[in-house]
Order: sequence, then structure tokens, then C-alpha cells
Amino acid sequence: MADEHGNVPQYPDENFFGNLLEDRRLFLKQTMAIAGLTLTPISFLKATGQEEDELPVGDEEKVQLTIQINGKRRKLSVDPRTTTLDLLREKLLLTGTKKGCDFGQCGACTIFIDGQRLLSCLSLAVMQHGKKITTIEGLHQGESLHPMQEAFVKHDSFQCGYCTPGQIMSAVSCIREGCAGSEDEIRSYMSGNLCRCGAYPNIVSAILDVKSSGQKV
Amino acid sequence: MKPFLYIRPKNLKEAIDAVSFHPQASFIAGGTNLLDLMKRGLAFPEKLVDINHLPLKKIEQKRGILRIGALALNSDVARHKLVNDQHPLLVQAINEGASGQLRNMATTGGNLLQQTRCPYFYDTAFPCNRRQPGSGCSAVNGINRHHAIFGVDEGDPDQSCIAVHSSDMSVALVALDAEIVIAGQNGERKVPLTGLYRAPGNRPNLSANLDKGELITAVEIPDSRYGKNVHYLKVRDRASYAFALVSAAVALDMRGNSISSASISLGGVAYMPWRLPTVEKFLTGQPANDALFKQAADMSVAGARPFKHNAYKVKLVRNVIYESLKTAAGIA
Repeated sequence: MADEHGNVPQYPDENFFGNLLEDRRLFLKQTMAIAGLTLTPISFLKATGQEEDELPVGDEEKVQLTIQINGKRRKLSVDPRTTTLDLLREKLLLTGTKKGCDFGQCGACTIFIDGQRLLSCLSLAVMQHGKKITTIEGLHQGESLHPMQEAFVKHDSFQCGYCTPGQIMSAVSCIREGCAGSEDEIRSYMSGNLCRCGAYPNIVSAILDVKSSGQKV
Repeated sequence: MKPFLYIRPKNLKEAIDAVSFHPQASFIAGGTNLLDLMKRGLAFPEKLVDINHLPLKKIEQKRGILRIGALALNSDVARHKLVNDQHPLLVQAINEGASGQLRNMATTGGNLLQQTRCPYFYDTAFPCNRRQPGSGCSAVNGINRHHAIFGVDEGDPDQSCIAVHSSDMSVALVALDAEIVIAGQNGERKVPLTGLYRAPGNRPNLSANLDKGELITAVEIPDSRYGKNVHYLKVRDRASYAFALVSAAVALDMRGNSISSASISLGGVAYMPWRLPTVEKFLTGQPANDALFKQAADMSVAGARPFKHNAYKVKLVRNVIYESLKTAAGIA
């Protein structure tokens, strides 16, 4: 609570937690118990025959989780610090999703999670337990490119190509969400995806082309 | 990034306990700000308490109050029919913030509590009182183009902080007299949103009036008679996806051509959304016209304290107030 000067301590002082911190292992056990997370070995959990755990299970080193990626269910064990982007690129070798700035400023890492476009660099893999992820690798059907991929080739919508997977994911979303009504609307919708080669006019053309063709995206 | 324990509490109480009783635990919701800070070594929680699964996403109308759950995503709020029907000002402001991807991740509660974007805060090579109180403020004599002109500490700003709050959503909510519901060890309390923000003083590291373990659970907006006479105007360095240099949320209660009450809040100029009560009072009871709005614009910058590179904001605030008043009143 604030004192009469409106000052509020953000963190309690050290003494308050001193005795708790003396035994860090005990402390961790206590806090995990509070949080309803147990130290039960994974093998035991599997033995119960439970297919889909309600919670990701693990500790500071590894967490077990299940994510559906491009239609395939994957059981994974990750360091909690792993971003969704690093999980995709480094662990699953789905390198289509690009790491641009890694700070949520460029949009190169745009993916769909449960159908919504968002930034994989600013999300933790552990937070995606039980969710469905679609990356650029999951857009095409069989041997043929997705209509938006075709349109990007046709309209020369890239130079170096590094931002392209993120641009295409946003472009697909743009049409799916009904935001491709005009050039201005498209530019505004796409503003979270930067292209340092400046292919913007051709990206807009590709989106307008797919929109006007009426193809299902 | 330092190692941390990730947990998903089953209910609100577990979540609050988990953060209350651990000195270095943090809630995580959208994560768009916290993960950024963790990657840069500016936040290092030992325990991350993921609250995304708590039932705090609902947007509902109850007895003249619109209640928005703290976990409602920015994009969900901006799309919601109740919000669009009753508070178009809030929709305008949210849609001016961040990018589509970020609005699909960022939550209502997290948005209110976001850290400043002052570059000196992020660059650990520079002193920064917000990072390390007492070390000095690099912005006061540095590049301060983006910094505050209002709410600057009256003592020595070098011992304080002149960074601005970056939210657009919050600027509209402050103009709409929103309150926030906070849950903690002592139950629930409700405070005006303006009471969440703490003047930097000489301890700018403490930016919000929240106790450890307290969690914003909802935002409540009272009924108003502003209708369509609202406008959110944001001026920035590019047309989209940039923080405000100056923004204004203006809401007018018009009876015919007369203003029966006004609410004005500015973004990008202070450590929190900055209400202009004197201007609001001046406009009350007056007939809306160009001359009145010019006078109001001139009044809006009284008490501004610009620095070397942000004196332009004084003129910009005047122009933004003038334009947004005209648009809100429908005489543009």
C-alpha cells in the first residue's frame, strides 16, 4: 500500500525474504507447491496414461509440452527460456520463420497461433502448450504454393527475401480478416512488417491481386 | 536470459500468492514488454507466473459500467461490439497503438503497466535513474526529443526521470475516467486509473502504485454522454507503428452546439496520460467554435517545461488539441 507520500515499495526488503532464501531448494519446493506444480517425475505422469496434460510439466531446466505445429502434434522438451521463434528454428529446424530484430519491432518472425498472427520472438514456447501453430512451411498444400506465395513471386514482392515469410503470413491474415479493402487499409494492416529493401508497393500489389482473384486463402 | 521457473497457477489466488511470496517473481500475460526487457537484461525474474489461463478475458456491461477483463487482448477489445458502440474513443486509441501482431498478444492490464521506451533506459551503457536510482538521467542533457514536457520533477530532473508513458489505450481510458480493479493479498480494491501511475520523484524505478503480488483484474469505464463526439489524434514519426510524439484523446458532451462537459487527455508528454482539467473547465458551457478551440489550445500548454530537443512538443500539443477538438465537435 502507498504511504502518505504515495510511495510504494515495488519489492519487499531483503530481510523479509531472508529466511526463506536461506534454503533455496526448500524455497523452490515451497513456491512450486503453492503454484500447484509438483516435482513428480515425467515418467510417472506418462504412466497414468494421461495423453494431454493440462499443464506443461518441468523445472528451470526443461519443460515438457505438446504443441501442434503445421498440423503435426509434437511432444517437446524445452528450456523455459526458449522463445517460440527459437523453438521453431533451432529445435525443429523450421527455418522459414526468420529472426530479424528479435525484439518485436520488425515482424519477420510472424506466425499464426490458433489462427491469429503474432510475433514468435516475443512469446515463450512454454506458453504455447496445447496450441496450434502455423508457420510459412504450413501454408502450402501439397506440391503447390499458397496463392499468396504465388502472388509474391508474380509481383516481385521482395528483393533479399528475409522479411518475406513474415510478410506473407501477415498478407494472408490481412485477407482472412477482411482488411484488404484498399491500398491504405493494406498498408496500415501490414505496418508491423518492415522491409528494408522497400518492396512495399509490390507487396501491396500482391495482396490486392489475391484479394481480387477471390481465391481462398 | 537468466534461468527461471515457469508456472501456470490454477486460479487467481494461486497466482497472487506465487508472486507475493517470491522476491523475484513476475506475472506474465502477453509478454510483449516483459520478454523484451528480459532479453535485454533489464528484467530478470526467477519465476514467471503465467496468468493467461485465468478467467479474466470477459468484456461485459453491468449497471452502467463497461467492464473489460485485464486479460482481454487489445485486438479483442478493439473489435468488441459493446466497446465500439459505447466507447469509440477507446477503439480509435487501441488501433493507433503498436502493430496488428502486437495487438493480438498484448493484454489490457499489461498495456497499462508497460515500461517506458526511453532509449537511455534500454541502453545499459548510460546512467538511468529508472534502472538505477541516483545514477543520473541521461535524457535531461542528452537527446530528449521524445521526452516529457509535463509532470517533470520540480526539484532536480537529473535525479528524476523525464521519460514518457507509451500507451495509447491508457490515454483514452484516462479521458473516459476509467477505474481499475486490483486484486491482492488484502482482497480487491478499485482506484481511478490515474491513481495507478506514480510521479517519478527521486525513485523513478517504482512507476506504478501496486504492491508486490497485486494484479490488475479489470478496467471499468463508467457510462458517458460523449457518443460520437470523441477523437483520438496521434502524431508520430511515421504513419503507423510508432510511439506517439504527442497524442490527444478528446471527448465532448455536446447539447446541440454547446459543450456541457469535456474530457481531454494527452499522450507522449508525461510519465502518465496527462489530463487537462483547466481546459476542460474552460470549455464547459461554451458554444463550440473555432475561436474557442484556439483559446483552449493556447491554454493547454500552460505549465509545460520543455527540454533542449522537445520544445517542438509545446507547439505540437497546441495544434493537436485544436485539431482534435474540432474533429470531436464535428466542425472540422
